[in-house]
Amino acid sequence: MSKPNTTLIYVTAFLAVFGQASLPGLREWFGAQVDLLPALIVYAALHASLVNLGLLAVFGGLFFDSLSANPLGITILPLFVTGLVLFQQRDLILRDLAFAQGLLGAAASAVVPLMTVLLLLSAGKPLLLGWGSLWQWAVMIAGGAVATPVLFAVFNGFNHAFDYKLRSESSFRPDREIRRSRI
Amino acid sequence: MFKQKHFLALGAVTLVALLFLSLPQRVTARLKLAVGSLFLPLSSLGATAQQLPADLADDVLPRRELLQQISRLQQENQQLKVQALQAATMGLENEQLRDQLRWQRQTPWKIKLANVVMRDPANWWRTVQIDLGSDSGVTENLPVLTSDGLAGRIAAVWPTHSQVVLIGDPNCRVSALINNPAHDIGVVNADGILDNTLADLTYLSGTAVLKPGEEVVTSGLGGVFPKGIPIGRILDSRQVEFGLYTEARVKLWANLGTLEQVWVMFR
Repeated sequence: MSKPNTTLIYVTAFLAVFGQASLPGLREWFGAQVDLLPALIVYAALHASLVNLGLLAVFGGLFFDSLSANPLGITILPLFVTGLVLFQQRDLILRDLAFAQGLLGAAASAVVPLMTVLLLLSAGKPLLLGWGSLWQWAVMIAGGAVATPVLFAVFNGFNHAFDYKLRSESSFRPDREIRRSRI
Repeated sequence: MFKQKHFLALGAVTLVALLFLSLPQRVTARLKLAVGSLFLPLSSLGATAQQLPADLADDVLPRRELLQQISRLQQENQQLKVQALQAATMGLENEQLRDQLRWQRQTPWKIKLANVVMRDPANWWRTVQIDLGSDSGVTENLPVLTSDGLAGRIAAVWPTHSQVVLIGDPNCRVSALINNPAHDIGVVNADGILDNTLADLTYLSGTAVLKPGEEVVTSGLGGVFPKGIPIGRILDSRQVEFGLYTEARVKLWANLGTLEQVWVMFR
């Protein structure tokens, strides 16, 4: 992955957290806010190095927790564990298929909040949970499933724009050129 | 299978997470401030962007409509002046009666307007951030109101902004009084995950008889919220634990889902 693309991932994580906090998004319509960090983690797990994946989990988690009532650092581990599992299996995943991207986004969007809530409950924090939380979870999963292929398309487009392009092989061979000459 | 470097990476990130989680609360608050302040330029940019359509609409508003608005506001202003005069007379009378009965004088509310700049990105908390901080004299546990009623209390303070924990969050419990003949007292608690205008009123006595529509106000117990701030009205009630105590659902006056501006009440 190119350097501009790596930078773009961090910038997107920053902007995504800001957008989640400052824009109403789906909150007004569906009663839940969609989290874009799991979708970003999926992209990083399939395209970035392990170091970048770890840094994204750390910075993304810190950004998220700094604007939330979460204890600072609680989101880091769920993001990284989800990313690490995908990173370890990334050679077996058909990452170019939009369906696979959506499925991975949905799975990550399901696992990350679940792990975060479990960590918060194990830390003894009283949370706003109930039957309505299942609906919120479903909205987050659906949001992640939609957002992940879109993010992949954006990042891949960015990568094509800034990365070195592959030189296409031509069937033309100069040694086999039929040269015209006077008879 | 996990390779050695995967275990190393997992260990390193776990260590970083544990390091952040084990920091003292004061250090965590400073770190939150440091990371959160990275968003401040974007926040002001967002506010400007939100203001832009309103400014544009102001520019293209016809003169006739503006004149109509001015006329309407002048009438409203006259009415409010009369009401304020009546309230001042009643206030004076109230103070005189309090003096005669040797009751403690009520101090007037000192309030300051604040804009809601961000909401909690997590779905399991109900908090917002406002653009008033310790620089403006805000301290923890100050009550936060809307023009309709109680919204919550200040949970954390930074120099330029503060975090408000709203009613309905498990960390914001309010001692409440019902304006009925028995003056029943309970605690407003979390409810309505998907509906921001609902809360639970718990720990009411088992003999409490509640009617839908009865007004709920702060009781003044607990020392955080002064007595008499409107919270909402009773929707319905039910007996819990074989009639040991009563619970009720409260429809909040303040719509916490669409908060844009709030008032911070200073002591």
